[in-house]
Amino acid sequence: MSANDLRHPIKRARGLGSAQSGVGHWWTQRVTAVALIALGLWFLVMVLRLAHSDYETARAVVAKPWNAILLIAFMLTMFWHAVLGLQVVIEDYVHTRWKEVSLLVLVKFLAVLGALVGVLAVLRVALGA
Amino acid sequence: MADTRRPLSPHLQVYKWQVQMMTSILHRATGIVLALGSAIIAWGLMALAGGHDSFSAFKACAGSPLGLLILFGWTWAFGYHLCNGIRHLVQDTGAGYSIPQFVRSSWLSVIGSLVITLLVWAYVLTSGGAA
Repeated sequence: MSANDLRHPIKRARGLGSAQSGVGHWWTQRVTAVALIALGLWFLVMVLRLAHSDYETARAVVAKPWNAILLIAFMLTMFWHAVLGLQVVIEDYVHTRWKEVSLLVLVKFLAVLGALVGVLAVLRVALGA
Repeated sequence: MADTRRPLSPHLQVYKWQVQMMTSILHRATGIVLALGSAIIAWGLMALAGGHDSFSAFKACAGSPLGLLILFGWTWAFGYHLCNGIRHLVQDTGAGYSIPQFVRSSWLSVIGSLVITLLVWAYVLTSGGAA
């Protein structure tokens, strides 16, 4: 910090910057992106190997513990990353405040629903319910 | 549209077309496509958990001409967002910002996405047909 910086040190300590939200969004988007490189490629390979298989085989593959765990991780990471990305798109292009806020909330609701649907479906298959 | 009275910056049409413009726009566009695709994944998993009938219905939709077209476009969107996403992660480290590097990595993303799409569908077709 330079000697002629008039800002209070607590402003730097909090690390929130002028937008008041810090680097949390940016960093989480990168971390989920890195996770999705691995999870996305894994998912693609799994789907390709199942493309021509019957129902019982598909169910048995998804029910394997590690496949179920990675699928749940994939669903949660994907929807999280999608919310962060769509949020930026909406903030950039929707200029009417009430529409912007409504869309941001709607996207979050839909993403949570989608993630819950995916997780419950995987659990039903994995636990045989 | 905008309810502000601020002056607007020059819009897209005043710029000469460059590949970096396209890769940036496509990254957002494919991101939106993939977000919609995530709903299809949730639908597919729900169909799998639901039993024989719901899964057959899902497979019939996916195997229909429109379904295959969507799957094909989705594959490319995935390949593109993956390649260009890795490109952005590399750029986040501060690397690759000279103009020739930027143009080259843009084209690499485009070519990489086409290679991934081709490989995936070559596998699908050789391993037992598209439907």
